[in-house]
This record gives sequence, structure tokens and C-alpha cells, in this order.
Amino acid sequence: MFACLHGSGALTALAFEFSPVVEQTGPGTVTFAVAGLDRLFGHPQDVAAAIARRAREVQVKANLAIADNPDAAICAARGFSGVHVIPHGDEAKFLGDLPVALLEPSPELQETLERWGIRRFRDLAALPPLGIAERLGPEGLRLRERARGEAERKLAPVEEPLRFEDAMEPEYPVDLLEPLAFLLARLVNGLVTRLATRGLATDELRLRLTLETRAIHERTLRLPVPSLDSKAMLKLMQLDLEAHPPAAPVVHVWLGANPVKPQAAQSGLYVPMAPEPVKLELTLARIRMVVGEGRVGTPELLDTHRSDAFRMAEFSAAKPRAAGRTQMKVRLALRLFRPPRQARVAIASGKPSFVTAEGIRGKVLDLAGPWRTSGDWWTADPWSRDEWDIALSDGALYRIYCEEKGWFVGGNYD
Amino acid sequence: MGAAALRVQFDTFLGGPLDWRARPLPQAVPSGIAEIDLPRGGLTEIVGPASSGRTSLLLSILAAATARQEACALVDAEDAFDPGSAAAAGVLLDRLLWVRCGHNAEHALKAADLLIQGGGFGLAILDLGDTPPASARRISLTSWFRLRRAVENTPSVLVTVARQSLASACASLVLECARDRAAWSGAEPAGPPASRLLRGIHARATSTHRSRTCSPVFTAAAL
Repeated sequence: MFACLHGSGALTALAFEFSPVVEQTGPGTVTFAVAGLDRLFGHPQDVAAAIARRAREVQVKANLAIADNPDAAICAARGFSGVHVIPHGDEAKFLGDLPVALLEPSPELQETLERWGIRRFRDLAALPPLGIAERLGPEGLRLRERARGEAERKLAPVEEPLRFEDAMEPEYPVDLLEPLAFLLARLVNGLVTRLATRGLATDELRLRLTLETRAIHERTLRLPVPSLDSKAMLKLMQLDLEAHPPAAPVVHVWLGANPVKPQAAQSGLYVPMAPEPVKLELTLARIRMVVGEGRVGTPELLDTHRSDAFRMAEFSAAKPRAAGRTQMKVRLALRLFRPPRQARVAIASGKPSFVTAEGIRGKVLDLAGPWRTSGDWWTADPWSRDEWDIALSDGALYRIYCEEKGWFVGGNYD
Repeated sequence: MGAAALRVQFDTFLGGPLDWRARPLPQAVPSGIAEIDLPRGGLTEIVGPASSGRTSLLLSILAAATARQEACALVDAEDAFDPGSAAAAGVLLDRLLWVRCGHNAEHALKAADLLIQGGGFGLAILDLGDTPPASARRISLTSWFRLRRAVENTPSVLVTVARQSLASACASLVLECARDRAAWSGAEPAGPPASRLLRGIHARATSTHRSRTCSPVFTAAAL
């Protein structure tokens, strides 16, 4: 059993809601298989009613016809307005009044048929097949079959576009994150189910919130690995929205997922332990909520001699393996004071003799220095300082330095 | 056949009596210093005053863990971690997650709890080394119990650094660091300081664990 929609609007999308086998027959005409839908809706009339109801909901204006073969359904949808179900075996009778032009014959054939006075399906259907074959050839026979509603063929299905997105409009503007999370849960679960049925996962979720002020609030959530863990996605989205809340109540929610192949990884007995990537992302999002953005990650040293020069990069537990250290030797570590503590330093014989800073006070017992370092003099942010390593009478070893702004305690050796 | 007879049969088969009630010793991981091994699934405290070698010992532990390709996490309460020192000590920085808590011990404790509950890290460090003792002492014993319970029966090693022992009974191992002396090279202290160098420190770590006593001396060399 086949259905045909002829009209305007999102016909293909509507057809895909009812069937996976959809043919784009022509401009404004879509044919799709509805065999089996009777088990869901009942009689063919009920199937037609369900399609028509959905068409009204999605504002598609189209004629609908259901028949045993696709060509009969196409001719009926193009020829009759409204909803029609052609009973089995009555195709020729049902289509008899339609003009032959609906069969789209070639111009020469059309002219011949007109000269013969054949203007309706009924007239063409009544002609003897042998005579048509002799005079009009195979094209004429095919036209006769279609006019009788007996043409059998397979549909040429179109691929369903892989778009994983969904939208929702709440009944009233949502101004709290908790009710918004409920809407998001519905959207995320729907998308994840659709991805799972196609054997896909996602590595990126795009959220677009339309606010009451007509402004758009957009957020993108990137996952470290392709995943289908809807709970983790929801929690990450919730944490992200808590950190970056929309400026006004939300009137429309749109969510899109980037479809990718799921990650297939083989675990091994000797693989070093590492956190599960999606779980780690969730943990890091929670920690960022506590300590703030930009304070969680992997330190990366910068290519400079400037003290304390580093940048924070994204932490990835699944980085390629680098060569491990083979020789273990304990190195003296420096603990930095961030920000450096401003100090008052007494100088005797050109050397620091007494240091006072916040939480630090003592006589210099031993020292080495000064070590002058400088750099970036060719930029707008040059630096230059004299460093000393000192042992104070409070029992600790410090690094102090003198620069343009004065004396500072940079850290202590530990 | 009674349980006693079965036990005798097992003992005969295995070549000697077994202590059926003894708990298996936790697996130990090397710290980078020969005599110090840290228990997996336990809390290790490194305590001592400033310049006692605590951080040098910590970086050695961190370097050993990253050399094993384990993911490591450092929760830094006072923002005191120096990536340059760590790289020089052999720490593979790309295996290290650094959480900077900006002088807030409460945030540090919360972040450490989240990380340990999340699981998967071979080594988790909570650095309270520069936290004022008054603030550090405000961390309740319940919080330490919670951390210990979270790390128990996992292959993770939890290490804390502080000026004094905070977790008391919750710690599986307490390493108390003390500096023996600092090593300077070059002329005598009275001489010109520009001809001198801070070569390193000689420190001693004393274990105060109930069942394990050791006091290894290690030398942390300056660059």
C-alpha cells in the first residue's frame, strides 16, 4: 500500500514521520510506502486520517491519496483534491474521469491520443493492448497500465537527512534553571534515542535559547569522546548554564547534536589507570563551579626565561604515551607565592641582611646572588630583576628579588 | 568433614599454616626515594615546616607516578605549585591535572573530594603546605574520614602535604620531613655572595606509621 502527498510544505519530512521508504516523485509530490501502518492505525481510512491530521498540525497543505500501487496513488493525489483512499481492484473505475495529461505522455504521444479523441483515463484503459502495442509501442502500453491503475513498480527512496536537532516552546517563559532542565532532559533523551537507533553517538551539543527579549543565548558543549550518556550530558549542560545563565526568561529551546561514530576502545590489562573521559568532564565542570573558570587544567610551560611563565591547557586523560623518566633524582622544589609578597630588605655591605614581608621576618644567615635575569626588552612588557637565594633565621630558604617596583619574596625552597 | 580437618588439609597442601584472618597488605608504589613506598588505597600525609623538603619529596612521588603513565591530580590550596620545578624534577606535566584553589582550603577540600569520588587517578594530591595552621585545623575529622573511605579499595594513592598532621588516625602513613642542613657551594658565608650557589638541602623523612618505621635521608639538589 502506498500513499502520495501532492501540495506544498514540508512534504518529505511529513512522509518520513510515517515511513522510512520515501520517494521524491516530483516537485510538490512525495510518495511513500504505508504497508504495515494498518496494524498501528487500523483501516486504510484511519491511516489516511492520521496522515491528514499530522499534515494539519505541521501546516502542510496537500492532497492525499492511498492506493495499492504508487502510480495510482500519484494520479489520484494529483487529480483529486482532499483525502482519497482507492479500494483494492477499483483503481480503473476510480481514476477513469482523470485527464490523460496527468500521465505525462511525450508531446508526440499526447498529440496522437488527442487526434484519436482519447482524453480521459477511461478512454485509454478501454483500448485493446495488442492494438496499442502495434501503434504506440511500449510507452503506450505503460500509459494504458497506469490509466487502469495496474502499473507495478518499486519506489526510488531518498536518504533521510541525518539532522539531529529538536526544539521546544514552553507554554510560558521559563526563568528558572530547574524547569529548563526538565525541557532539556526531554530534548536530550529524544536526541540520544535517535542517535542510538542509528548506531551513532555525539561529541558536541549546541543549545540555542531564545529569550523573552528576542536575544539569543547560545552555548556549545563539547564532549572529550563521542558518547550517548544522556545523564552526563544533562548534568554538564546544567552546570554550564549555572555558570553562564541566560539574561532573561527563555521562550524557545533548540538543541542540536553533532552525529559521529561511537568510540570503540579495547581495554588492556596493562593500560595505566585513567579517569573515564565523560565522567572526568563532569567532575571538572563541577570543580570549575567551585574554584572558577581557568583554574583547572594542565600546566604548559612557555618558551621564555621569565619566572612563573605557564598557561593552563585542557586536561586530557587519553593523551598519547610519552617516554617515562628512567633516572630518579630528587630535585629541590620551589613553592611560589602568588602574588609575590612585597618585602622590606635591609642592606648591609651591599647584601641583604634582614628581610620583612607578610608572614616572614628574619635575619639573613646565608645567601647567594645576585643573579640578574631580564628579557622581552623588545616588547611592551619587558622584565628585569636581581634574584637572591637566602637562608633566614626563621629556618626557611627563600628566593627574593629586586626589580623596579621594589623588593619581593618570590617563594620558598622546600 | 569438619572445618578443622579441612583447614589441616589446606595447610598440608599449601606447605604451612596460614593466617586466615590477616588482611592482605596494601599494594605499595615507589615514591622515587628508595626506602619510601606509598600504600595504594590509603592516605599518606607528608608533614613538616617550610623548607623541610616536603615539596621535593612530593615532586619525586609525582614524577614516579607520571613515569608510570598514571593520571595524576594536584589540588593546590595556596596556588604554590611551580610547573618549572616540577618539569625539572621529571614530572610529565601532560599527565597532571592542576586545580588552583586561590588560597581557599575549603574549596581545595571540596575539589579533592570530587576528584577522588570521580575515580581513575593513580595519584591525587591535596597540597595544604602553605595553608595557615588555624585554617587547616578547621577541616573536620569527618572530612578526612570521607576522603579515606573514598580512596579505600581503589588503586589510587592519596597524598596530603601540610605543616602538621591533620588526618591523624585516617592516615595510612605519615612522613614527617625535617631539614638537616642546606648545601651551599663556593666561598664561605663571609665571602662575596655572587660566587656562591644554593646546591640543595639534606632532609630526613621519618615515618610514624604504626607498622612501618623508617627514616630515610634524601638530598634534594637545586638546579
